[in-house]
Amino acid sequence: MSSTAHRTSPAPKTSRGLKQTGFFQGERSPAALVVLFALWACLAFAVLFLLVLLVTTFLDGREMFSWHLITDYASSDPEQAGARAAILGSVWVIATTAVMTIPIGVAAAVYMEEFADHNKWWNRAIEVNVQNLAAVPSIIYGLVTLGVLTALNIVQRNIVIAGAIALSLLILPVVIVATREAIRSVPNEIRQGSLALGATQWQTTWRQVLPSSVPGIATGSILALSRAMGEAAPLLVLGALVFVTFDPTSIFDQFSTMPIQTFNWASRPQEEFHQLASATSILLLVLLLAMNAVAITIRNIYEKRW
Amino acid sequence: MNNTMPAAPATDDVAAHLGESSPGTHLERPDNPIMACEDVDIFYGDFKAVSNVSLQFGFNEITALIGPSGCGKSTVLRSLNRMNDLIEGARVEGTITFRGEEIYGKKVDPIEVRRRIGMVFQKANPFPKSIYDNVAYGPRVSGMKVESMDELVESSLRAAALWDEVKDKLKDSGLGLSGGQQQRLCIARTIAVRPDVILMDEPCSSLDPIATLRIEDLMHELKQDFSIVIVTHNMQQAARVADRTAFFTALSAEGSGDRTGVLVEYAPTRKIFDDPADQRTEDYVSGRFG
Amino acid sequence: MSITTTRGTAAAALSSPTGSRHFKAKSRPGERVIIWALRFAALLTVATTVGIVVSLVVPAVEFFTEINVGDFLFGDRWAPRFAEASFGVLPLITATAWTTGISLLVAVPLGLGAAIYLSEYARPRVRKVLKPVLEVLAGIPTVVYGLFALTFVQSVVFKQWLELPTGAFSVLAAGLVMGVMIVPTIASISEDALSAVPMSLRQGSAALGANRMQTSLKIVVPAAVSGIVAAVVLGVSRAIGETMIVAMAAGQQARMVAGPLEQGQTMTGFMASAALGDSRVGSLEYNTLFAVGLLLFALTLVVNMISIQIVRRLRKAY
Repeated sequence: MSSTAHRTSPAPKTSRGLKQTGFFQGERSPAALVVLFALWACLAFAVLFLLVLLVTTFLDGREMFSWHLITDYASSDPEQAGARAAILGSVWVIATTAVMTIPIGVAAAVYMEEFADHNKWWNRAIEVNVQNLAAVPSIIYGLVTLGVLTALNIVQRNIVIAGAIALSLLILPVVIVATREAIRSVPNEIRQGSLALGATQWQTTWRQVLPSSVPGIATGSILALSRAMGEAAPLLVLGALVFVTFDPTSIFDQFSTMPIQTFNWASRPQEEFHQLASATSILLLVLLLAMNAVAITIRNIYEKRW
Repeated sequence: MNNTMPAAPATDDVAAHLGESSPGTHLERPDNPIMACEDVDIFYGDFKAVSNVSLQFGFNEITALIGPSGCGKSTVLRSLNRMNDLIEGARVEGTITFRGEEIYGKKVDPIEVRRRIGMVFQKANPFPKSIYDNVAYGPRVSGMKVESMDELVESSLRAAALWDEVKDKLKDSGLGLSGGQQQRLCIARTIAVRPDVILMDEPCSSLDPIATLRIEDLMHELKQDFSIVIVTHNMQQAARVADRTAFFTALSAEGSGDRTGVLVEYAPTRKIFDDPADQRTEDYVSGRFG
Repeated sequence: MSITTTRGTAAAALSSPTGSRHFKAKSRPGERVIIWALRFAALLTVATTVGIVVSLVVPAVEFFTEINVGDFLFGDRWAPRFAEASFGVLPLITATAWTTGISLLVAVPLGLGAAIYLSEYARPRVRKVLKPVLEVLAGIPTVVYGLFALTFVQSVVFKQWLELPTGAFSVLAAGLVMGVMIVPTIASISEDALSAVPMSLRQGSAALGANRMQTSLKIVVPAAVSGIVAAVVLGVSRAIGETMIVAMAAGQQARMVAGPLEQGQTMTGFMASAALGDSRVGSLEYNTLFAVGLLLFALTLVVNMISIQIVRRLRKAY
């Protein structure tokens, strides 16, 4: 490990001859080495923490990580309990969230980047507003959805569409920001080339800018959805912490999700339920890592085409 | 065929006005202009980038705009097909006409302006699409009624002297071509929408001499069908291709460091290079300045 | 050449009367509809903000018709479900302050250190390995962090290994883990700010004989301070609003927290637990949820506004 630190420390080629004079401090003065070590330790701690978290979760959950977890419903007997309803619930909620968020987020970002006149105060207000929304705590989005459902007199709040609305509100700013970045990375020459041929602004956006932004939009959307998939707080407020022992079949069905199921099992006293929580965590982490891998792969493949 | 210029006497209103406003300017206007600027000022916000330019662009002629950097020649070019509409705060005063119609008129659609007055940029900017789709893009977006797109693509690529090099790889990406080929693809793409005027903004500045020569040959051919306005920083290029040349320079405004571009002299190219009327032109073309 | 263009002689065209002969505007109704649809999508984000404010304020106003605002903000007993109910929010605030404070003590040095290392020291190849690690750290669901804080940090590390005098929960375990959760946020935004410092500043410093440490700490970090402050403030607002870690590991008892090894219920922790109970719409208990929610929203909004202001002011200075 210390050899890594050594290698990454920059070789003081230019000052090597002068260092012996003691006149120049050089890159290997005690203070410089201490600072370098401290900086390196910061990253090392983060990496170590990640490793410990993954290893303990894996060790705790490995006994319960079996087909039962995927095929069985929740039960009061830990030996028979599984997360089937939660897994399907997550799929339903995230798919619904994706269908709602991506078109709206992309449309809003396209408006802000390509059509909004930034001299107008209301367009600047929209931008500041999106910045602020990105910093709103996730649990607030649960409260908002709860408030809307109450206003609409909907008694059964723990339904797929309600959960998806809460998560959509949560990740909408993320999708907008990612899409804006992707759009901004399309060189202006492409837009000018298109406009100079007599294309309208919308034709330019639809036929040139958006196709070129697809990889960035896909990466950002997948990362945003993976965040939604791991989120539990807003769903908790909607009352998702219920005993669901059936597969959801429509967006108006009740649901649970993997994070909610993990929370549920973690808050029980028995050790076996903690193991089930860890097993569900493993599954969740594997799925999220897969989504992240897809997103990063897309980004790397299409990076820097200009 | 247009190389011999009838030197029209400056009795016209426009020319007379110009003569007054910028003394020392020698003007011989084309007898058959397709576009004209009259007393054009161009602003970026409060900054006056170009002042009081009056120019005519001859039908099926090549007009070159030359001058030191910062003299506003590119700004003038971009005002000719309203590309500077896209720059926030850009504003054109005075009149710019295409066949007598003001292109900044109230009821004028800038999209239609750009369809009739195409543009080739400094850096080749092919779309990240196939060669075929690059050429077919303009006709498609403008809803041109085309009997056979294949034929239009072929004729445009032929006109841009690119067909023989790419006919077997029309489905390949336009980004895979060499720099000179990319620039000719951009010219083919512009030709495909059949504009009347082609504006070229230093089209050879990033090309090697051989690729540059090919584009210059191409321009001579294109002149049969199109009126061309080219901005170039290369005086030899202007001398080689242009029928007429306009020399711009930048003047410092009083009291501020802002430099405003002005038209110094506009004349048949041979006159600009052999017998310039203005000392500044002579200094520039003889390499003593800029 | 088979290009045929349809045009007469230009001279003839010039002599004809002016009008929109060449550039008649096409009406493009489809595009106008599309642009309105795009604008509508952008306005939905504004509607979201309005929705947040309205849906929090209406029940909160109902709450404050029954409970005095002063009693709410300055009362030190939080017992909304007891027969002798009391609605002093200070216990929730002290717990939030403890978990937030502890998490910042962890996250700010670690995040900043990692950012300086990645931006000023690490070679491209090292960065390529380490940045995804931070991304993975940022992608771990908070419920997994919460489980780790509860079952490993608190019960194994604190109680078994260190034999600390603590119960099943503590604000220290929650704050510590939450701090690591925030590290990627602070690290990535700070690193962006550090990388944006022009190379010429570093070269100028090196040319004066400064070593890399002096250049980093005395030149680069001060030049990037606005971005770093923004990163820290964003970290604060994430810590205040984080729910699952504190709900699982900080405890469920609302009381004034006096030390890091005590348990306590944060604002978000209360909201998570209150939602578990099936509170009747319009009841005082239901409205309490929104009153705390409004306080939380206001706090994060203030923090966020401060960050925007700091960034704006510092940006002017540079």
